[in-house]
Amino acid sequence: MQREVTFAGFGGQGIMTAGKLLALAGMAEGKEVCWIPSYGPEMRGGTAYCTVVVADRLIGSPIVNDPENVFAFNRPSLDKFAPRVRTGGLLLINSSLIDVRSPRQDISQVLVPCNDLANQLKNGRSINIVGLGAFVARSGMVSLEAQRSVLHKEFGKKKGDVLTATLEVFEAGVRAAQGDKEAVRG
Amino acid sequence: MPKKLMKGNEAIGEAAIVAGAQAYFCYPITPQTEIAEYLAKRMPEVGGVFVQAESELAASQMIFGAAAAGARVFTTSSSPGISLMGEAMSYITAAELPAVFINIIRCGPGLGGILPSQGDYLQAVKGAGHGDYKLLVLAPSTIQEAVDLTIEAFRLADKYLNPVMLIGDGLIGQMMEPVDFESCVKPPRLDCSAWATTGCAGREPHIVKTLFLDPNVLEERNRRLKAKYERMAREEIRFETYGCDPPPDLLFAAYGTTARVVRTAVDRLREEGASVGLFRPISVFPFPDDALRQVAHQPQVHNVLVVEMSMGQMLEDVQSALQGRRPLHFYGRGGGNVPAPEELIDEAKKLLGNGHGGKK
Repeated sequence: MQREVTFAGFGGQGIMTAGKLLALAGMAEGKEVCWIPSYGPEMRGGTAYCTVVVADRLIGSPIVNDPENVFAFNRPSLDKFAPRVRTGGLLLINSSLIDVRSPRQDISQVLVPCNDLANQLKNGRSINIVGLGAFVARSGMVSLEAQRSVLHKEFGKKKGDVLTATLEVFEAGVRAAQGDKEAVRG
Repeated sequence: MPKKLMKGNEAIGEAAIVAGAQAYFCYPITPQTEIAEYLAKRMPEVGGVFVQAESELAASQMIFGAAAAGARVFTTSSSPGISLMGEAMSYITAAELPAVFINIIRCGPGLGGILPSQGDYLQAVKGAGHGDYKLLVLAPSTIQEAVDLTIEAFRLADKYLNPVMLIGDGLIGQMMEPVDFESCVKPPRLDCSAWATTGCAGREPHIVKTLFLDPNVLEERNRRLKAKYERMAREEIRFETYGCDPPPDLLFAAYGTTARVVRTAVDRLREEGASVGLFRPISVFPFPDDALRQVAHQPQVHNVLVVEMSMGQMLEDVQSALQGRRPLHFYGRGGGNVPAPEELIDEAKKLLGNGHGGKK
């Protein structure tokens, strides 16, 4: 059993971090994991994406051209990656910044207004964590418990109430994906 | 210590620390600069030396100097930088000193690009510099293997008093995977008291040099190097087979990240009933020719397909190992493109013919 997701957006949205946190949750569950960044010539603020593979046996190809899941955090990412989602797969769209859906009928699409949810909680930087919450809740690629415990571990050491704020936006993402009418359209 | 999720470059840096490296000289170049970044912090913490040199030429000559003084020493670079270090590699080999060079390969030729490639295979196994010498060359395909082989590289450099090179394509440097340092064993400190230039107060001077104008003296050294490489071929062969028992109809040969892509292709083809397997060299010099022959020359094996992120380099070693006794095919990608499993499945199906080798 192998599952994959590509998180894609622009530099500064925390795409790479979201992927790393997901990989850590996979590890916490005792799975094999691999995190593959887009690395290439990019300018500051340019596109950024990473792919995370979680499997119950040794991971072969780190390159996945037709990922089971894609989370597009901005429009160029939607245009680039929506066509690649495997048939029957899942496409999550950051509807705060993307006002269209993919024309594809053979995949599920979920709209998550990541920026709006993060801004409502006065934590505008954490749109990646909103997205992570929505993705984990919707895909079940790792368990919510494993992901929460990773957040505790990674953010628990930070000053102030970073952990509380992080968990708050994470749960907002989880609720959004679980069908909160306010949060999810489509 | 539980497993840690680490980027290949950082894991390689930490592996060198675990191996007891005392000095690191470098010049930054993508896609391996995180090794230098990581060691800029870590080397001083363990009482080691970190120097960012003014060029790769300088860094590699610093390696020569530190090795002559008996330090456990290494450098890392990427393709164009490694070319500049070829001269020092030749000198260090001539002086019979231990050192480790790590090449996180980017695509070329020239400045090329920064994406993954395996285009420096021939440079590594034939020697980047002048003269009659070889490096022992290891090629990991996972981050854990990169860690284990980095540590092993230091042990082997001491064992042979010869530079050892680790080659990884850019993905080995950039990916993150869980790594375990717990089972890693630090190689024992080399006794270099008989030759190291550590200050000659109270003893005869030690001289480390590479100029030997007497032909017989130099030939004797050439023979000694040859004997080393023959010993490596007896003692340091490493490889892995996958799906080769029973023998496959089509045998893939690939190393590094490419071998992982092949592995996925092999799994999917076998699910469809096709008879395919993989031979993965881990030591690429010495090359596991005997082992490859033993697999490929079984009567059930009809075709061999070499896959590389180059236009055909390891292909030459496979060709020489197989001695023309099996049809040999090649599939390569360049420019930083990594082959996808689907491409390899298509290539394999052409060779497997209409269900030939499959269960039907």
